[in-house]
Amino acid sequence: MAELLRTQARKPKCYLLRPVTFLLIMLILVFFGAGFLSPRSPVLWSRRAGAGEAGRESIGLQVVKLSRMVYPQPKVLTPSRKDVLVLTPWLAPIIWEATFNTDILNEQFRLQNATIGITVFAIKKYVVFLKLFLETAEQHFMVGHRVNYYVFTDRPADVPHVPLGEGRQMVVLEVPASARWQDVSMRRMEMISSFCEQRFLREVDFLVCADVDMKFRDHVGVEILSQLFGTLHPGYYRASREAFPYERRPQSQAHIPRDQGDFYYMGAFFGGSVSEVYRLTKACHQAIVADRANGIEAVWHDESHLNRYLLDHKPTKVLSPEYMWDEKLLGWPAIMRKLRYVAVPKNHREIRNR
Amino acid sequence: MDGFSIQLTRLLFRGTVAHHTLRSTHSPLPAGQLHCIWASAGRTGNMKLQYKGEKLFQPVAQSRYPQPKLLEQRPTELLTLTPWLAPIVSEGTFNAELLQHIYQPLNLTIGLTVFAVGKYTHFVQHFLESAELFFMHGYRVCYYVFTDDPTAIPQVPLGPGRRLGIIPIQRHSRWEEISTRRMEIISQHIAKRAHREVDYLFCVDVDMVFRNPWGPETLGDLVAAIHPGYYAVPRQQFPYERRHVSTAFVADGEGDFYYGGAVFGGRVANVYEFTRGCHMAILADKANGIMAAWQEESHLNRRFISHKPSKVLSPEYLWDDRKRQPPSLKLIRFSTLDKDTSWLRS
Repeated sequence: MAELLRTQARKPKCYLLRPVTFLLIMLILVFFGAGFLSPRSPVLWSRRAGAGEAGRESIGLQVVKLSRMVYPQPKVLTPSRKDVLVLTPWLAPIIWEATFNTDILNEQFRLQNATIGITVFAIKKYVVFLKLFLETAEQHFMVGHRVNYYVFTDRPADVPHVPLGEGRQMVVLEVPASARWQDVSMRRMEMISSFCEQRFLREVDFLVCADVDMKFRDHVGVEILSQLFGTLHPGYYRASREAFPYERRPQSQAHIPRDQGDFYYMGAFFGGSVSEVYRLTKACHQAIVADRANGIEAVWHDESHLNRYLLDHKPTKVLSPEYMWDEKLLGWPAIMRKLRYVAVPKNHREIRNR
Repeated sequence: MDGFSIQLTRLLFRGTVAHHTLRSTHSPLPAGQLHCIWASAGRTGNMKLQYKGEKLFQPVAQSRYPQPKLLEQRPTELLTLTPWLAPIVSEGTFNAELLQHIYQPLNLTIGLTVFAVGKYTHFVQHFLESAELFFMHGYRVCYYVFTDDPTAIPQVPLGPGRRLGIIPIQRHSRWEEISTRRMEIISQHIAKRAHREVDYLFCVDVDMVFRNPWGPETLGDLVAAIHPGYYAVPRQQFPYERRHVSTAFVADGEGDFYYGGAVFGGRVANVYEFTRGCHMAILADKANGIMAAWQEESHLNRRFISHKPSKVLSPEYLWDDRKRQPPSLKLIRFSTLDKDTSWLRS
């Protein structure tokens, strides 16, 4: 504090000259600064150089300048949640209600004009789920940000017309259907990876891959976005790893031994940057093909392969089961402060393979 | 997870990069599916500044470690995540072996800057010896020692892959001058040299000592450390610069943590932007005849409010030995040198 007193004592006595001098010097500094910020400056040039693909890659990771905001002070000695783990052993955040401030995160992503793509597959009778999915997404999913819905379907005529908010658009992609529901599920990996190259890389910064037989019930926002995220399966967040329904046969590419595994991730909600989703879906597709050649099909299909991948390539964020819930099956335990993305009741026998 | 972001950014797979095949002994995927991709220098073509090749993270070779406990088990009584989802690193929040498995194959080089001006050259020996024991063990390290008297810098034996650069700087009569020029000197040094030599850079005070491992858990895009004197204090009592005329001004209702000026770092490109930004703000203040209450630390704190760090280090990484260590801080890794006993020991 002695230093504080010292600097205050040093204040000059002339009051009129100071503002003028200050203004003049600020003007000079502005010109100097502007000169420095021209493309001659190699460091800043590198940040702007990839306005196209390379520039896209760093969205969400840039350090941006936030405006002044008012919010309660975070307290070092007060964990935000005492009942759950909010950080994985590899230092990836686990997203639960109360761990994040939506205003700060929204501004960080808006300042970079992030565009979020969401893929959804409505094959055969599953088109019937689209209306509720899209309507609830309009209310809860990435509100305020640019969103592209990518609807993969074999029945483009049956895609409902849902009014979309500003900065949000829908793209319908016609794809062939498979006879077996297991193949419909697994082919998603192939199709997503192929469209990553074809268009997602150029059109969006982040990609979310979601199941269609679901609805949004509460906020699902930019807090989920990072290079690679998976979502905890609501049926296994309490289980020990030996009980996870990993593929256990060593012949399968998705095999995970009983003494390994962090979490059991659900195949219905994963995502990340386009390049990371591309790598994941490509790897899973190739693993599925390899399995098929060996005459084996993983116990939970694409979900088994997803779990193998996320064991080897740790996600940079993990979403709590708030982001993947089934109230009918699991009720509403106190630990889930919000149910954000939930199963829509369906008759399995009715809807599959039709 | 912040530490990954360097590896996961700037992936180029348009055929302009060199591919290297990685053999992973444990992965069931056929070899050739796993590859490490380096962004080639050619991408940054006509630029003078080419950052060191940026690498992707590779599959983790399987290490045996306990399953993370999702419910009730709190490894620490500290806050472990900021409201903008930056991890706050402390003992118990991470598995060091797992992180080692993830980061080791990336062949990273970590830089460490330190200023030893005038009498402060006396601290260099002990600082470097402790860094050799605890700082980024097993990684390539470049120490950058800025000093007005290169002959006063002792020869400290360094481990393999670790080297020392001594950079002469001008001496100033007033200690505040030395302190406020650090931002400028660091940014210039990065532009001139460090951007080519290191992936990450930490900037720390020299009158300190490493006491326990400081590893890859600290790596991130932009890293700040919580000041040991203010972690339990309401923000109104943080010693921010409170005069409106200063560019470091922080209003009453603003502020997350009070960060210490003695430790900051991150990816070298981000440290460049950060130190440059602080330097410009210091210049603007200088033009107005004002020096912020705690010199660079005030400017650092101002900047970290508007440019939030992607990772925060708990006071374990910046401790003051004169303080009583609370039970919530389990492992002090970097702290002030107890100046009295240092004489006794030597």
